[in-house]
Amino acid sequence: MNTFDFLLQGLLVAAQPMNLLYALIGVTLGTAVGVLPGIGPALTVALLLPVTYKLDPGGSLIMFAGIYYGGMYGGSTTSILLNTPGESSSIVTALEGNKMARAGRGGPALATAAIGSFVAGLIATMALALIAPYVVKLALVFGPREYFALMVLAFVTVSSAFGDSTLRGLTSLFIGFALAIVGIDQLTGQTRMSFGIPDLLDGIEVTTLAVAMFAIGESLYIAAQGDLGPDKVEAVKGSVWMNAQDWARSWKPWLRGTAIGFPIGAMPAGGAEIGTFLSYATEKRLTNHPEEFGNGAIEGVAGPEAANNASAAGTLVPLLTLGLPTTATAAIMLAGFQQYGLQPGPLLFATNPQLVWGLIASLLIANFMLLVLNLPLVGLWVKLLTIPKPWLYAGILLFATLGTIGANPSVFELGMLLAFGVLGYVMRIFGYPIAPVVVGLILGPLAEQQLRRALSISQGDVTVLFTSPIAAVLLVIAAAALIIPLILRARGRGEVLAQLAASED
Amino acid sequence: MSKGHTPSTETRRPDKAALVIAVFLAALGGLIYWDASRLASMGGYSGIGPATTPFVIAGGLLILAVWTVFEALRGDFPARDRQEVAPVVWIVGGLALQMLLLKTAGFSIATGVLFAATAAAFGKRKLWMTIPLGILICLGVWLIFAGLLQLSLPAGPLEHLFW
Repeated sequence: MNTFDFLLQGLLVAAQPMNLLYALIGVTLGTAVGVLPGIGPALTVALLLPVTYKLDPGGSLIMFAGIYYGGMYGGSTTSILLNTPGESSSIVTALEGNKMARAGRGGPALATAAIGSFVAGLIATMALALIAPYVVKLALVFGPREYFALMVLAFVTVSSAFGDSTLRGLTSLFIGFALAIVGIDQLTGQTRMSFGIPDLLDGIEVTTLAVAMFAIGESLYIAAQGDLGPDKVEAVKGSVWMNAQDWARSWKPWLRGTAIGFPIGAMPAGGAEIGTFLSYATEKRLTNHPEEFGNGAIEGVAGPEAANNASAAGTLVPLLTLGLPTTATAAIMLAGFQQYGLQPGPLLFATNPQLVWGLIASLLIANFMLLVLNLPLVGLWVKLLTIPKPWLYAGILLFATLGTIGANPSVFELGMLLAFGVLGYVMRIFGYPIAPVVVGLILGPLAEQQLRRALSISQGDVTVLFTSPIAAVLLVIAAAALIIPLILRARGRGEVLAQLAASED
Repeated sequence: MSKGHTPSTETRRPDKAALVIAVFLAALGGLIYWDASRLASMGGYSGIGPATTPFVIAGGLLILAVWTVFEALRGDFPARDRQEVAPVVWIVGGLALQMLLLKTAGFSIATGVLFAATAAAFGKRKLWMTIPLGILICLGVWLIFAGLLQLSLPAGPLEHLFW
């Protein structure tokens, strides 16, 4: 069977009424939570993970993917109307989009963001379906050392290649590693870092950590800023439809944004925001209306929003084919797979093709649903932006603790939630990125497993890690991604990298 | 560590809060090293065992601690915004109360208290109104999630009235 047969089969799975319902619930919840200011897709997925506990794996993963895509759509609405991006990958959208909204062109800004996301999501999901089988074939020749090298590369790009400090990125990553070794060692059954406490034997739940760091840490941080006065929500004036000129100026940025965003998401380069910045810079250079940039240029919304969604789909390439999460959101999605005992990777394509292709096909369907949800119904979502902060954050904490209690109703788990929440708050104060902690916690044990396998095969000879050509090349790239930014920052060229900071997803 | 720093005058002074972070990282590294050292003999014939990765991580944390001291002394840490203490105390207190009340009072009352405390942190201090409101909302949430979605949320006296 070729890719299209698989995709058709997947569509049949995804088009079953129950799965359609799951997808619809997913995109609706995702959009609703994504629209709320201060909540990005990573937290959206972490908060809603417990909702899917009791469902079957296929259905819940479809709901999950809907939440992920919905969160990406919802974030753009917040950026445009409120100027407080829900996630880092919407920062650029806020630059031009909020200016458009203030000039009374909020409708077309929302429309170009939604349609751009749709176009990009559609193309990128098709690209995912086309590329995935080849990456799977490539992954089959990967041994433990190649996997280990790939994970090292992911660690470097997620923690230190972008952002404003190599030190703080690496520190976050190592805190994640330190939390990852808590519990029972997978290979020998020995307990590590558990100190005889039974609750620690199972290790630290990724969802507990993510919810604590993102929801509680963020709430504490926002609360500690004191009363900054109410946020100003720009009303959507006039039509949400774009005129002929808007279309003419939007379609090329959509396609360029997709072309920029997808490869960046697909490579272990960490985060959708890099693609959005590159797309913004490209549109600024190519535009026929340079005077509008900074005052609300539609190209500056269309391109980055497309790039944002394309790289979201791109992130699924390493996640599904290699089991390698390169963003915090992907890390939490991996936790979602693991709660059903599924390990994404080349084997999953062989053992459970229905599930994988059903998931990919459901992304296509989710995209259509989101277009409908976001364009005609945008007024409904805008109402969510007017929830006053006390009730908004009280609700966020209610659902954050609900998820943890639902997964494991123990006082100890809530204590960990509180402790990690405070840790997340302190890390925010000092400018430590959060995503590397989450990625370190989930990817750390997988990397350890591969490393120990590789070294056991070589009987403890460390040089074996560098003698495979693929592994060597990957490690050289990782070393370059670690050292080059260090040199750039030392020479005072760090601003560019700081702008590309991967703060949330 | 919650005092705001103004970057222009204080950037080149040793950063005490950052030094505290360095001590924390070193202590965490030491703890991992101590915990792993009792497993060190389990390496098997390849010398690679459950202690290998913890040793590497402990070493990494110690290096990062030294690096942090270095940056703290040079004042390389970014300027920090001034942090209000009261809202943080409200939220942390709310979470702690929820944790203590959960088993005895049940989900709705415990989480209702958290709800009110969070609202208080953001300026809604009328607790006689927000606590009952929170409990009512949480009871609704409990009925949906524990009743319909079968999530195991602890029940207290209030929940037993309905279920």
